[in-house]
Amino acid sequence: MGLFHRHRQLTPYLLLAPGVLWLTVFFVVPLGFLAYQSLESGNFDVGYSFTWAWGNYWDALRNYRGQFIRSLEYAGIATLLALLLSYPVAYWIAFRGGRWKNLLLLFIVAPFFVTYLIRTLAWETILADHGFVVHTLQHLHVLGPSGRLLATSTAVVTGITYNFLPFMALPLYVSLEQIDERLLEAAQDLYASKWKAFVKVTLPLSLPGVVAGTLLTFIPAAGDFINAQLLGSPQNHMIGNVIQSKFLELTDYPAAAAMSFILMAGILVAVVVYARAVGTEQLTGTPG
Amino acid sequence: MTNALNRRELLRRAAAGGAFLTVPGVLAACGGSSNKAAGTTSSGDKTLAKTLRFSNWTLYIDTNNKKKTHPSLAEFQKKYGTHVQYTEDINDNASYFGKIQGPLSRGQSIDRDIVVLTDNDRYLSLMIKKGWAEKLDKSAIPNIKNLVDVQLHPGFDPNREYSLPWQSGMTGIAYNDKLTDPVLSIDDLLTNPKLKGKITVLNSMGDALTCVMLANGDDPTKVTDASFNKAFNQIKKAVDSKQIRQFTGNDYAPLLAKGDLSAAMSWSGDIAQIGNTHIHWNVPTAGGALWTDNMLIPKGGNIYTASVYMNYVYDPKVAAQIEGGNPKTGDTGVYYICPVKGAREALLKTDPAIAKNVLIFPTKKMLDNVKIFDSNALNNQKYLTAWQNLVSG
Repeated sequence: MGLFHRHRQLTPYLLLAPGVLWLTVFFVVPLGFLAYQSLESGNFDVGYSFTWAWGNYWDALRNYRGQFIRSLEYAGIATLLALLLSYPVAYWIAFRGGRWKNLLLLFIVAPFFVTYLIRTLAWETILADHGFVVHTLQHLHVLGPSGRLLATSTAVVTGITYNFLPFMALPLYVSLEQIDERLLEAAQDLYASKWKAFVKVTLPLSLPGVVAGTLLTFIPAAGDFINAQLLGSPQNHMIGNVIQSKFLELTDYPAAAAMSFILMAGILVAVVVYARAVGTEQLTGTPG
Repeated sequence: MTNALNRRELLRRAAAGGAFLTVPGVLAACGGSSNKAAGTTSSGDKTLAKTLRFSNWTLYIDTNNKKKTHPSLAEFQKKYGTHVQYTEDINDNASYFGKIQGPLSRGQSIDRDIVVLTDNDRYLSLMIKKGWAEKLDKSAIPNIKNLVDVQLHPGFDPNREYSLPWQSGMTGIAYNDKLTDPVLSIDDLLTNPKLKGKITVLNSMGDALTCVMLANGDDPTKVTDASFNKAFNQIKKAVDSKQIRQFTGNDYAPLLAKGDLSAAMSWSGDIAQIGNTHIHWNVPTAGGALWTDNMLIPKGGNIYTASVYMNYVYDPKVAAQIEGGNPKTGDTGVYYICPVKGAREALLKTDPAIAKNVLIFPTKKMLDNVKIFDSNALNNQKYLTAWQNLVSG
């Protein structure tokens, strides 16, 4: 005990050490390799050499701007949809779930015990040209008689929304569940309508969950390629598809590495803008 | 965190956990398997290993579904005492190559004695060119005499020093007769307005371009810039007009069976495996593609044991079992195209229906009508980039 008293200021660093070491070895170092690789030139047959090939970045931006923008766009729409879908559900479970809370949460998480690929393939069946959904929509004249959902942007965004839903719903639930209901009673005692109490009390108090949920959804969604590959047509492919094909099909590692960095930068910019807009204190949940 | 776990306890545990995470330990763990190449491969070693490690594509060997066994592998073990550790971990050439190229380029073993790669993708010839494949021990493979003539001198391995065919297949057009009139030509597939958004094309460049080039009257075995551009633009036009719904690997098969697709550029064996009477497969009128999956011994594999196994599968009786299974014992086969002479004759006795299926033992006319894609074009970076941008962009 005496040791810790004397070195009290060291304690936080000791606690951080395993995490920092882990991140250094498995994140920072590989990232360094990736950065190095993104500036190489050459090809797989003759080998690659480091030449400060900044051209890889310009080529990626020039040739694949469409896919970059599409990725951010699809991820953005899917995040918004996931938020709109999850919020009422999480709200209901947190405030009305009662003793069924845990079971209801399990229902949200249960489909995700199935692997990602199978879940995505299931949408191939749900949205099939001769399936129930398409026939119903054709009947309601939402879709034309030869209209379809598979291999369209709608299917891709739907797939992404579904696949990342728990990452939105669970943080929302946690922040809503922590709200002290007495605050809502107090608001109503002070003549706030139910709606006003929601806007003035519940919503602001749940913002940390909203921020955490949107980030956990948007960031992986922007780099996703499975949904676009299985549910989209070539016109719907995202930057993840291009990176995948550059890495695996073309073994053009420098181009793929450069694209990965551009994607990271793009996501970082989007996240910073977002954090500025809602206020950074919401990221940590400390009252501002 | 529970109250029982106080701060001191936590620190003590953290310190204990940290001790295992020393930097050298972690780095060693990153390195993967050690270099075993030197230990297992002296070329003169003629003793059989206890285990043969064989990586293959999924659903690509005879199987008894009731007992969940692969009878030909069990038979091999009975005969030679070598257990085959059979792994179905190859789904496409590119991903598998991506997985093994790291260790191979560092001179490490990939813990496999046989892997199977396709000749109409660039990775098979890359393996040989990079020196990542071992030479076969032909003295242990007398049955090589049963290799069909058309496979004797492929461009990537002219004297079959490194590779032997596992199975071949044809690329053509499949259609569902409940949804469309017969689709027999590539032009029909790519331009018929009735098929708009109802067809897929294979994402493998060799397969797709062979079929389109033949339809254009060009020679896919000797690709030129002009013939490449013509075929490429034709497919691009079909993408832009939304005629082509997707580019696929063999994931087109369930879509075709479900009716989401009316027709698809397709591999013969997939259709033979589906066994749906409404789905028909044909070599396109102007011709289709022929491709072959080849067995290869990756650097560090056990050459003698792998060669003995290759000799075993080139025995016509064994080849027949792998190809067609055995209806009496309930074994299913591969149903692609067998590269071993005499297998058909052996199957005529055990399973005549399979022996007479032209998707599995194609007629001479069919075989005359399928071509092998130019292996130089497969390694042309300009073509590959253009193709990948079309398929994934």
